[in-house]
Amino acid sequence: MSEYVIKGVSLLGERVCDLVLRDGVIASLSAAEYAGPADQVIDGAGLIALPGLVDLHTHLREPGREDAETVESGTRAAALGGFTAVHAMANTDPVADTAGVVEQVWRLGREAGHCEVYPVGAVTVGLAGERLAELGAMADSAARVRVFSDDGKCVSDALLMRRALEYVKAFDGVIAQHAQEPRLTEGAQMNEGELSGRLGLAGWPAVAEEAIIARDCLLAAHVGSRLHVCHVSTAGSVEIVRQAKANGWDVTAEVCPHHLLLTDDLAASYDPIFKVNPPLRSAADVAALRAGLADGTIDVVATDHAPHPLEDKDCEWAAAAFGMLGLQTALSIVQATMVDAGLLDWAGVAQRMSITPARIGRLSDQGQPLEVGAPANITLYDPSVRRVVRAEEMVSLSHNTPYAGMELPGQVRATFLRGRPTVLDGALTA
Amino acid sequence: MKRHLLSAADLTREDAELVLSTAAELRSLADRPIKKLPALRGRTVVNLFFEDSTRTRISFEAAAKRLSADVINFAAKGSSVSKGESLKDTALTLEAMGADAVIVRHHASGAPHRLANSGWVRSSVINAGDGTHEHPTQALLDAFTMWRHLAPRNGGTLDGQRIAIVGDVLHSRVARSNALLLKTLGAEVTLIAPPTLLPVGVEGWPVQVGYDLDEVLPEADAVMMLRVQRERMNAAFFPTAREYSRRYGLDQRRMERLAPHAIVMHPGPMVRGMEITAQVADSDRSVIVEQVTNGVAVRMAVLYLLLGGSQPASGEGSDQ
Repeated sequence: MSEYVIKGVSLLGERVCDLVLRDGVIASLSAAEYAGPADQVIDGAGLIALPGLVDLHTHLREPGREDAETVESGTRAAALGGFTAVHAMANTDPVADTAGVVEQVWRLGREAGHCEVYPVGAVTVGLAGERLAELGAMADSAARVRVFSDDGKCVSDALLMRRALEYVKAFDGVIAQHAQEPRLTEGAQMNEGELSGRLGLAGWPAVAEEAIIARDCLLAAHVGSRLHVCHVSTAGSVEIVRQAKANGWDVTAEVCPHHLLLTDDLAASYDPIFKVNPPLRSAADVAALRAGLADGTIDVVATDHAPHPLEDKDCEWAAAAFGMLGLQTALSIVQATMVDAGLLDWAGVAQRMSITPARIGRLSDQGQPLEVGAPANITLYDPSVRRVVRAEEMVSLSHNTPYAGMELPGQVRATFLRGRPTVLDGALTA
Repeated sequence: MKRHLLSAADLTREDAELVLSTAAELRSLADRPIKKLPALRGRTVVNLFFEDSTRTRISFEAAAKRLSADVINFAAKGSSVSKGESLKDTALTLEAMGADAVIVRHHASGAPHRLANSGWVRSSVINAGDGTHEHPTQALLDAFTMWRHLAPRNGGTLDGQRIAIVGDVLHSRVARSNALLLKTLGAEVTLIAPPTLLPVGVEGWPVQVGYDLDEVLPEADAVMMLRVQRERMNAAFFPTAREYSRRYGLDQRRMERLAPHAIVMHPGPMVRGMEITAQVADSDRSVIVEQVTNGVAVRMAVLYLLLGGSQPASGEGSDQ
């Protein structure tokens, strides 16, 4: 069994020690006894060790859109971004609404081996919002699904949402809602505001998100189930979630890196690289999201990594697909917007990008504290470097990153999955 | 002037006044027996229309031909379903054929902007109407029409002239371009519409906004009626066509509230009986037909100025 030693690394940016990884677990916090080969010793000076990152919201596109991304290519991007587990969204073709499809995605993830892949099951058959998919069968399958979502579409029918919330209590599941009132967002292209009016692009009003979140919080409280809100994007949504938590309701929420950094004025370029759903919002929304993430109202950062082939972006805005890449840049953006801004320390980053998402997904081997005996899922991160993002360095099959040309701080130096390096010296090992 | 005309906001007051004065020179051409100038001889102008628009296309075609340009008409109907790569591919094709100017009409807001800024073509791009965004040459021809009628009694400019734009502002590229250009030219614009047909954030535009047509009529120097599609009532923008006409339609009774010098405009195509009655459209207050004539002169001016006529526009045979 392989053995790796990381010398003098800073655990969560708090205390410096060694990490000895043996047999898939953290065997010791001191390398004094180590006498193995030198090529398995990593100098941790200046690096921060985080528990391996866990993404609650990834689109791997397989099966069905292997031209955009595969489980193999998407998990390579995940490993480079410091992730040791991702939740693969259900809006594939066929939709992940049966035990067969979720087991296929789960198996592809194991074969790829770059990180763990936990399939998300669809809430409704074919994401059609009409009747429940076999949630129990997916929960009982080898993929052991606990997170269910129609992401890309909203479970807008109130009764169906209520039933889904109730039903998954039997196996400790969670409904992750894509909050978008469909009638208020017909044909919507960008954040509704003065700019959408000027650009002549149909608006996606904040109220369409907030109304669904408010309803779902009330439903979750009523039936005593747990709700997870995907990609919260508005100041009003933060306020609603804050109130729900104050009421003691079992509601969690995520924010995407792009909503922490980018604003809707980028749409004035009409370049669909900035087209995403929910859309980029105002600077006031960005500030509220950062504050919400800092104070714990928003529990996790999730990437909503959404690969699209060039032809779906190299066109006019209305014809373009929604979504942007996120896995390889997430940690840098969290550093830029939260850590460097003094809003969050590295322990807080570990909480929001590893520990809490693992807990929401009910993953037992992920998001564990960095201590002896814990699974050796570890990200080594150098916060001191700065890099200019280039679209070509995205290892996804698609290159739709909105950050190309932007200078971001930090770089993942190594990622360990159960003691085995998937990334070393900032490069994939396989 | 900039190399492209994508938005009325691209025009400074100086640019806009140059277009108007050039158009005035060129308009006199319409009264001559031979309506043609050699100014753009050997240049190629492409009409790239992804959306049906007979009148705008014909207007641009006439304008280009009167300046002796070669005109290629490219109607890409039905391509809205083909995911938009048609825009890029079509642009590359036209570029390969050596177009000097591309006049584009597209159902997607921002399509001309993409064409001009994504490196697909090197030619000048003129926005001939994009989605619900802008239609700058329509605004120029509207301003030209107002300028001809209102400026002589206002010191030669549109400064302080009150223009009411009435109807479906939300879906109107004409309203957007007019609001921007008329502001540049010093006029005071009031948008009148049911609240459902005004965009969110309109209070940030350089205009006044009102819901009551009768209130603005006595003060207006020009009233521009926008087309309203009956189908909008199906999306609950207003209850019925009849109610819309009652509250926002321009009929004989309302026309009588206008000042004697005030003019009635419409960018066409009109829905007679909906936003404007036939009596009003055909009255001597109406300059709707003249708008069409002016459209050719204004588009000649735009083509001439964008394609680099450094010689006087109407100097016969002096373009060599």
